[in-house]
Amino acid sequence: MGQTDTALAGEPASPLLAVRAITKRFGSFTANDGVTLGLAQGEVHALLGENGAGKSTLVKMLYGLLAPTEGEILWQGAPITLANPNAARALGIGMVFQHFSLFDNLTVAENIALVMPQTVRLQDVPGRIEEISRAYGMGLEPGRPVWSLSAGERQRIEIARCLLQDPKVLILDEPTSVLTPQEAEKLFETLDRLKEEGRALLYISHHLEEVKRLCDRATILRLGKVVGTCDPRVETARSLAALMVGTQIAEVRAAGAHALGKERLVVSDLDAPSPSLHGVALKHVSLAVKGGEVFGVAGVAGNGQSELFANLSGESLAPRPESILIDGAPVGGLGISERRARNAGFVPEERNGHAAAPDFTLSENIVLTGHGSNGLTQMGFINGAAAKAQSQKVITAFDVRKSGADPLARTLSGGNLQKFVVGREILREPALLVINQPTWGVDALAAATIRQALLDLCARGVAVLIISQDLDELFEISDRIAVIHTGQLSAALPARSVTREEIGLLMAGMSGGAHPSGDGHAP
Amino acid sequence: MRLDLYARPSRSRLREILAPVGAMIVAILIGGIVVALMGRSPLEAFDVYFIEPLSQSYSLQAIAVKATPLILIGVGLAFCYRANYWNIGAEGQFIAGGALGGWLGLLTHDGAYQGALGSWWILPAMMILGALGGLLYAMIPALLRVWLNVSEILTSLMLVYVAQLGLDWLVRGPWKDPTGHNLPVSVNFDPEATLPILFDGGSLHLGVLLAPIVAVIAAVVFAKTLFGYQVRLVGSAPKAARFGGFNDRAVAVAAFAISGGLAGLAGVVEVSGKIGQLLPSISPGYGFSAIIVAFLGRLSPIGIFIAGLVLALTFVGGEDAQIAMHLPGDLTLAFQGVLLICVLAADVLARYSLRLTLGAKG
Repeated sequence: MGQTDTALAGEPASPLLAVRAITKRFGSFTANDGVTLGLAQGEVHALLGENGAGKSTLVKMLYGLLAPTEGEILWQGAPITLANPNAARALGIGMVFQHFSLFDNLTVAENIALVMPQTVRLQDVPGRIEEISRAYGMGLEPGRPVWSLSAGERQRIEIARCLLQDPKVLILDEPTSVLTPQEAEKLFETLDRLKEEGRALLYISHHLEEVKRLCDRATILRLGKVVGTCDPRVETARSLAALMVGTQIAEVRAAGAHALGKERLVVSDLDAPSPSLHGVALKHVSLAVKGGEVFGVAGVAGNGQSELFANLSGESLAPRPESILIDGAPVGGLGISERRARNAGFVPEERNGHAAAPDFTLSENIVLTGHGSNGLTQMGFINGAAAKAQSQKVITAFDVRKSGADPLARTLSGGNLQKFVVGREILREPALLVINQPTWGVDALAAATIRQALLDLCARGVAVLIISQDLDELFEISDRIAVIHTGQLSAALPARSVTREEIGLLMAGMSGGAHPSGDGHAP
Repeated sequence: MRLDLYARPSRSRLREILAPVGAMIVAILIGGIVVALMGRSPLEAFDVYFIEPLSQSYSLQAIAVKATPLILIGVGLAFCYRANYWNIGAEGQFIAGGALGGWLGLLTHDGAYQGALGSWWILPAMMILGALGGLLYAMIPALLRVWLNVSEILTSLMLVYVAQLGLDWLVRGPWKDPTGHNLPVSVNFDPEATLPILFDGGSLHLGVLLAPIVAVIAAVVFAKTLFGYQVRLVGSAPKAARFGGFNDRAVAVAAFAISGGLAGLAGVVEVSGKIGQLLPSISPGYGFSAIIVAFLGRLSPIGIFIAGLVLALTFVGGEDAQIAMHLPGDLTLAFQGVLLICVLAADVLARYSLRLTLGAKG
């Protein structure tokens, strides 16, 4: 267990916003159980916890989206009831959501005007945005349409939207999940300024390094209960993680030294047109992955990752068959089943609806990628018993938690379904595995299990290509990292010697040779 | 005041089975109110519609004969709807099948084309041609959909009217019985082109046996085969289907082919087993009623078999009500429409709970 010194961390004497012994139940499920927490002026308070720990439920109660079952919310010491978000905003509580709620075809000013009180005139909005933007160094142009903006800029719109209402408390839900390290650093500067002005910030994250960089205090939730309050600046990332998860996480071991085999996946000069209006065209993508190697593809979301995955998997066919080789054979013109028959395995980003059919049972989802092999089909009939046996193997090997013998995929939690769809491919013993966002939105334990399984796979001579937005993950398990930006892939750099700053600059579209701009936010 | 729908945390098998039953009860209550507003006794109407037809052998047989096309078409539609393709033109495919299959009956009239082979092949060939007619007719919306992304809802519906007018022209023109006093009807089929009656003096014909056979085969296809799996997968998670390596266009075309083929088969069974000749109109709207049958049966072949019998009951009861109570025949169609809406609403309520919030703002 990590150290928690409640005396040191202590509750503020007169919190601005506090919850006292708050409990929220959904039917028989208790999402928050007796949570107590206080936010002081000028403090950045981290709310840490795994997926499902109850962070979102707590925050929704603070923003008036949910009503507590028991307990009370205090505003400057007085109990209040928040009937809806308007009531929360009227008091001075603002919230920046993880998923942006912006209209792509409207301008920055129009998007902001939409949430302003009706007394504000539209023509006054741009001026006020420029004011805020200057004051906090956000660089927002009111007349730009949202579709032309990067994720970082979109997030700044959301923040500006809150700031225009001059909140005293600002809640941020996983704000850096879509940002480059440089964009994140810029966000932190804005947040530092807000803190200096005496606003209170509640910062939800499971990026522990960020929390150490930014926050004065951290409250850790596990299974709906507060398990500790601490000063994150004196804790280590490992001790924070241990508090979150409740058990010590086995550190992912590097797969023992092993010789690299021959090149199993070779992509040379792959060009592919954009599949849709807002999609990304792939331009001159080249890479090679050897057996026993983990090749990481970094990049900010929406820079061609899903298009690259679709071309590698065969869901989209490459214009030139010989631009993709698996074990030396051109497969660019072959569909996904034929590529699977050449012993390749694929795991797409979206668990529900892409990697798995949510309304199908787990054993039916085994058939999804196994129907061409494994004796799962005979003369057009599905061998249900074989599918169930296969499914049970995956469940046992990857400790998939579920209810019922063969439940619908949709009833599994994110981490468990991810373990299932990754395990399904790994147990097919592929020679090549291409995996997009292997641990996206997955709790720390499941993420460690999945990363370990990938390393073990690679130790058996399998070539593994990982597309991920999580730089920590890529540095942890990749041998080489390349960066995708607007459909172009950089040269692959050895993960041992490249720095985060170099990768960050490539993610922002600046090619090598540039100097790191200031301190990176994490070691 | 506002109404909110909340997703129920879990799905209950019992609730999903009870939903169509509840829908049926609500629809009957609404039907009763309508009858009462027309100044008749709802209880008497209920008796005429739903009880009396079940108490007599001839009306039970009529129910089976009318249920047959509803079940055949409904099972076919289940393939389309499960795959998330909205073929609502089964009425047209029914007519196309009846016309093409019936054409062979006219061609072989009076022993024509029956040299050394004899006449044993005529009925099987009519059945095959009927299925083929419906299948080919369904290919028009299917191929427009997969090649050009044209809405199959519009094309399949509009092709119904083309088929209706096409058959109307045929029996008024080239296929008209020359000795029929200029009536728009074809000659009567020979016995060799007529589905035989199962029991003397009854109305049950051989085609009635097709309904249970087709329903059982379809149930096996959905539950046990990779093809049935693909159909369900394409409808339920199209992206996962492509990831699985399945060709969603091929599945779409196959679902339309099965749907059109079964509707066409139902059409030729109707003209050869029940009507015995070609008329300007050969369907009282089976193709549309089968949509209700498909949903009332929860798109499961066995459920559709039961639902087909229930809807056939309303057809037979409706005819009785016209005679016994002078209620308009359109009341039957209106009732079927009410039933469809109730079934769809019950489906929503099986998955979501409804909450009424009074006086809340925001």
